[in-house]
Amino acid sequence: MQRTKFILGGLFILAAVIYLIVSSTQASAEYFMTIDEVKAEGGSVIGKSLRVSGAVVGDTIEYDPQSLTLSFDVAHVPGDNADIEAQGGLAKVLHEAVIDSTRARIKVVYTGPKPDLLRDEAQAIMTGRLGEDGVFYADELLLKCPTKYEEAVPEQVEG
Amino acid sequence: MLADFGFGVLAVTFIVTIYSVVTAFLGDRRGSSEMVESARRAQLLTFPLISLSAGILIYLLVTNQFDVSFVYEVTSRGMPAYLRVTAWWGGQAGSLLFWAWLLSAFTSAVTLRKWERDREFLPWVIVVSSITLAFFLSMNLFFENPFARFYQTASGVAAYTFQPAGGIPVTPQDGRGLNPLLRHPGMIIHPPMLYLGFVSFVIPFAFAIAALVTGRTDDRWTRVTRRWTLWAWTFLSLGLVLGGRWAYDVLGWGGYWGWDPVEIAAFMPWLSGTAFLHSVMIQEKRGMLKHWNMILIILTYALVIFGTFLTRSGVLSSVHAFAQSAIGPMFFAFIGLTFITSVSLLMWRWPDLKSETEMKSMLSREAFFLLNNLLFLSVLVVCFWGVIFPLISELTTGQKVTVGPPFYERANAPIFGTLMALMGIAPLSAWGKSTALTLGRALWKPTLPALLVPILAYLAGFTNWIALTGFFLVAFVIFVTLFDTYRGARARQRAQNEHFLTALGRLASRNRRRYGGYLIHISMMLMAVGILGIELFQTETQGTLAQGDSLQLSGYQVQYKEVASWDDQAAGVNYTRAVVEVYKDGKWLGELHPRIDHYFDSQQTMTIPGLRSTLQDDLYILLVDWQPVSAGGATFKIYHNPLVNWLWIGSLVFLAGMLFTSWPDRDPSPIPVRAGKHVRQPAAAD
Repeated sequence: MQRTKFILGGLFILAAVIYLIVSSTQASAEYFMTIDEVKAEGGSVIGKSLRVSGAVVGDTIEYDPQSLTLSFDVAHVPGDNADIEAQGGLAKVLHEAVIDSTRARIKVVYTGPKPDLLRDEAQAIMTGRLGEDGVFYADELLLKCPTKYEEAVPEQVEG
Repeated sequence: MLADFGFGVLAVTFIVTIYSVVTAFLGDRRGSSEMVESARRAQLLTFPLISLSAGILIYLLVTNQFDVSFVYEVTSRGMPAYLRVTAWWGGQAGSLLFWAWLLSAFTSAVTLRKWERDREFLPWVIVVSSITLAFFLSMNLFFENPFARFYQTASGVAAYTFQPAGGIPVTPQDGRGLNPLLRHPGMIIHPPMLYLGFVSFVIPFAFAIAALVTGRTDDRWTRVTRRWTLWAWTFLSLGLVLGGRWAYDVLGWGGYWGWDPVEIAAFMPWLSGTAFLHSVMIQEKRGMLKHWNMILIILTYALVIFGTFLTRSGVLSSVHAFAQSAIGPMFFAFIGLTFITSVSLLMWRWPDLKSETEMKSMLSREAFFLLNNLLFLSVLVVCFWGVIFPLISELTTGQKVTVGPPFYERANAPIFGTLMALMGIAPLSAWGKSTALTLGRALWKPTLPALLVPILAYLAGFTNWIALTGFFLVAFVIFVTLFDTYRGARARQRAQNEHFLTALGRLASRNRRRYGGYLIHISMMLMAVGILGIELFQTETQGTLAQGDSLQLSGYQVQYKEVASWDDQAAGVNYTRAVVEVYKDGKWLGELHPRIDHYFDSQQTMTIPGLRSTLQDDLYILLVDWQPVSAGGATFKIYHNPLVNWLWIGSLVFLAGMLFTSWPDRDPSPIPVRAGKHVRQPAAAD
């Protein structure tokens, strides 16, 4: 009798936790895509919550401090860390993505203060949605600048 | 030269550690106490050895030996001496050495104890902790050598442990310097706190494995490691809080916790550790949940190593930008091996670990403890799912999908709410048999005033039902706790004919675990007030202001007065400091100085908020962008964070509760002896 009660109680907790996990996952899933994938999917991802990473093209950064509107282009970089490593590390991959004008690019619009780390060849990780106009509207913008902190080797050395 | 010596010392330590593992193992198998004693001495030797190695590393850091690549990575000439010392744990190689050093210190402290009533544990405690130590040392020796130096070879400059053929030593002029974000006082103590917590959990785990191997199924292992568990948990908690405070002060996004994978990596062992901390009491008091405690400590150990692995391997994308490293697969293998071994041991001993009593009622104290455990594990499962979900979905569908903070908040909030309710109910329930009637009789008195709180809050204008529920639960837990303490003290006052305060003091100090636990529960409720405030009622605004203009937010008026920018050449920093005047309802409150610090050598910028903190709310002002005064204005972002200060106040109360709980008693009360068939020697006083 007691045993059955405990088992039922345990099953109830289990069901509740599974429900919470499944429903919350559905409600807040963000699809991690590369810019090539966004371009290839085209219309089917419009409106979905996406997480996109790309290399910031410095020349395209525009910022209006009055309306706090920030826009810039990002160029495609591989989504997989192993691919990035195989191609010579994050700094090199970002650099090549920016100088290669044939790479897929996407325009990003973000409202808010301009982040300190936003500069040419930074890696931008953006969360937001793709609009009908093909512009990526970011709600959240994370930046990584690998150039200084991941180089294990000094730049200028004396023998 | 010195660097090579440091590396050599590490290599010797590794050999000594392996010797102590092998000798302890063989000593136990052959029943040779001399061999076990030799293993113990070898273990004790590791601490001075690693200290020597660490001392050499610190010397290299302090004296600018930039030919050593670790020194080059984490220090620069402009850094003050204390920061160069703490740069020890500012990079990967150094922090692994720091881990090893702490583990060696803790294991030494344990092996130095008397071992009168549990000598059979000794060899296995040495085996388990020394295997862990050997693993961390091997990471330093074979993958992340903190003593590697730069050499120029045909293929360029790189760091090598040994001078390569034809390699010419290279000494850079200056180092890259510690990431400025990490130069905050909170960041200097946050990693050591977390590591202290992580490493301390190795000790209870080692005793648990020793208990499994030797087949001693009483609660000896939990009693011996009670204080270790408490301190591990304290340090881990403080590490988490300090990390939050650091994020709030330095990262400039108005929050303290972002459900970042690395934060979760430190949070998961805390969750399983919290469950463990509660359920060992059931084993000690009722002889139940023995399997469960084993599962929890094995899980905690795995999560501790996993946490170190996540923060150190770069396997997940995270704002904690640590470099990629080869140590990832090694950590994974180590976690897998230790986990499988521990679980196999547990399976082997499973039938011996039967409960000494049956659970009789769903409303008994032990049933509530079990529920508390299940809820903590549920939060753990939610967090674990969130962290590994991208990997799972990528493996199964090829599509990488992540879940953000809304996932964790949505899934965890109801579980945390239930935990709070439980925190109120459980202390008033009885052991063994308990009915709804007796429980209701105990609960109704504190529940009534607690109901007033959400009603008053509603009348004051709060309509968010999550907040009202939260406020009720906070009030409920605090009232129940105070009520129960008051009742206990009154009873003692009458029985002993003492003054009320004397009775209260004696009651609490005779029962430190109960009343210290109460204080910790109250501290958690204070933290909950802060979390509810900032999560549910945070407001923000932003705008570019010309001189003299102002922004309005939640009754505050922030007026931009002036901005100045200057260089500090010695520190290599440019400071830009704005002055704003803060008014509330027309009344002048003072000036705030949000700042932008720009570090020349790292090209990195930090946004330091101007903060006005009161018990009611925080006004958090960021200077985001600025032009010279004549040309234009400055852009500010302002957050209004209601009640957030209670989060930090709660953590101070928490610390007080922990100190009270673990304070050594002058005259330890005798521990009741329960008959257990495997008790080899009857335990008297602990």
